[in-house]
Amino acid sequence: MRIYAAFVYLFLYIPIGVIALFSFNAGRHASQFQGFSTQWYGKALSNPFVMEALQTSLIVALVSATCASVFGTMAAVALQGTKGPLRTAFDLLIYVAVMIPGIVIGIATLIGLVTLFDQLNPVLAAIWPGGPPPQLSMGYGSLIAAHTLFTMALVIIIIRARLAGMDRALAEASSDLYATPMGTFRQVTLPLIFPAILAGFLLSFTFSFDDFIIAFFVAGSETTLPIYVFSSIRRGVTPEINAIGTMVLAASLLLLIAAQVLLRTGRRRG
Amino acid sequence: MTQRSRNFLLLAPAGAWFLVMLVIPLTVVLIFSFGERGAAGGYVPAFTLEQYANLPARWAAFKNTLILAPAGTLASLLIAYPLAYYLAVRADPRWKTALLVLVIVPFWTSILIRSYAWIFLLGGRGIPALLAAIGIEDVRLINTPFAVLIGIVYGYLPLMVFPIFVNLDRLDKRLLEASSDLGASPWRTFLQVTLPMSLPGIATGCLLVFILLMGEFLIPAILGGGKVFFVGNALVDLFLQSRNWAYGSAVAATLVILMLVSVTAYMRLIRRLGAQREDVALM
Repeated sequence: MRIYAAFVYLFLYIPIGVIALFSFNAGRHASQFQGFSTQWYGKALSNPFVMEALQTSLIVALVSATCASVFGTMAAVALQGTKGPLRTAFDLLIYVAVMIPGIVIGIATLIGLVTLFDQLNPVLAAIWPGGPPPQLSMGYGSLIAAHTLFTMALVIIIIRARLAGMDRALAEASSDLYATPMGTFRQVTLPLIFPAILAGFLLSFTFSFDDFIIAFFVAGSETTLPIYVFSSIRRGVTPEINAIGTMVLAASLLLLIAAQVLLRTGRRRG
Repeated sequence: MTQRSRNFLLLAPAGAWFLVMLVIPLTVVLIFSFGERGAAGGYVPAFTLEQYANLPARWAAFKNTLILAPAGTLASLLIAYPLAYYLAVRADPRWKTALLVLVIVPFWTSILIRSYAWIFLLGGRGIPALLAAIGIEDVRLINTPFAVLIGIVYGYLPLMVFPIFVNLDRLDKRLLEASSDLGASPWRTFLQVTLPMSLPGIATGCLLVFILLMGEFLIPAILGGGKVFFVGNALVDLFLQSRNWAYGSAVAATLVILMLVSVTAYMRLIRRLGAQREDVALM
């Protein structure tokens, strides 16, 4: 039993280890280890395409995780006191957002937004006062909007779980003591759910940063880091991709550990 | 401001987002699936069932998905179950959480890069070279269904282990002791007590993995090398290469319908199995 478990752990971690090992390969060949070197990290970090893709990914992840945490928390808090058809509708939408495959979300966003923009662009051109009118197109906006959709559903689920585990009497006591609803939220609810919000933010950030399939459809002319890596893999295996991969894995590991610690402290305090 | 109107305001941004980014786009896909292809790609409004009638043209993709998604789910289950059992029942309680986290963490890192790792291991100079060294020549692993299956198990194992672990961890261990006190062999205890009681965890794990596999694109794209392709790969081809939006929409709509049908059928089956078990228990 123990030996079996050890084998599964090897299965899970050997591939990651191999990537990391070959990222320090001195030679160009992806198959033989020819001595230790950090040159591929230097190459990756000075490659303008990599840096631009990284910047796009970071901006999209940061903005969409922020929107998802703020709007998701608002919705989760409001859903607690909501019943009837509105509640049912939201439950259904969250379920659909999580259930539908990412690839279908990508496709739907692509053709939905392109169709919408085709309708809006002539209108904008007609009413724009002076100068060339702005053209709506796929890019940062569509990337952020599509990532926010999925991660917002995730945040709502996480925060609702946290709110469900919270002692309702606290909020009631606060309002009995004449705190305004806003005061109760700021001084009682928010501190209690804050670790969950932060964890939701970090998970959203990781999801957005690592997402390939939705971005592949909605990125327009922008390139995110996963899109860059995917197209490089198609052209062949190089130690540079290993270096990028190792850095990405290390960064998501750090974020995950942070999210774990936050969820844990939140649970203990609650 | 009343509580009702305040809640309404709080829900407004999320609601608007769901409407513009989910409800409208999915409706557009459904409408497009009844349309026609434009001369230069894209979409021309029409009402025809032609796209759906044309689905058999992509039968290979549907066939691969409908074979490899259940096969991948089953393979993940067979490998995940003993590990989940070990973690929940046998492992040292002090290390339990740490060991579980070690299983889960890879799932939240980039699946793209983790699949890329297998190009390395399965490619000509990886495992086949090792096998050649011990005398087994000419083994081709990359770009085969086997490679895709390995990628699937590797990618989704954590998702399978977690619900089964949670289920087994909550199981009252005194039941296992009672069974062995009453003279049951360990194997019999497993088959008659542990396994039936962990069915809900198995059901959840299989459902999660199956849903994700139905829409898979990356693993077959990276490890199947164009030879083993899923519906997801057909969709990328239809929307990004041949720009056949009407037909692509019909394929996407069919995929979602297939998913809903199989998930519903699966849930019914699980419920019926659960009900049968209760009957047995009552006897």
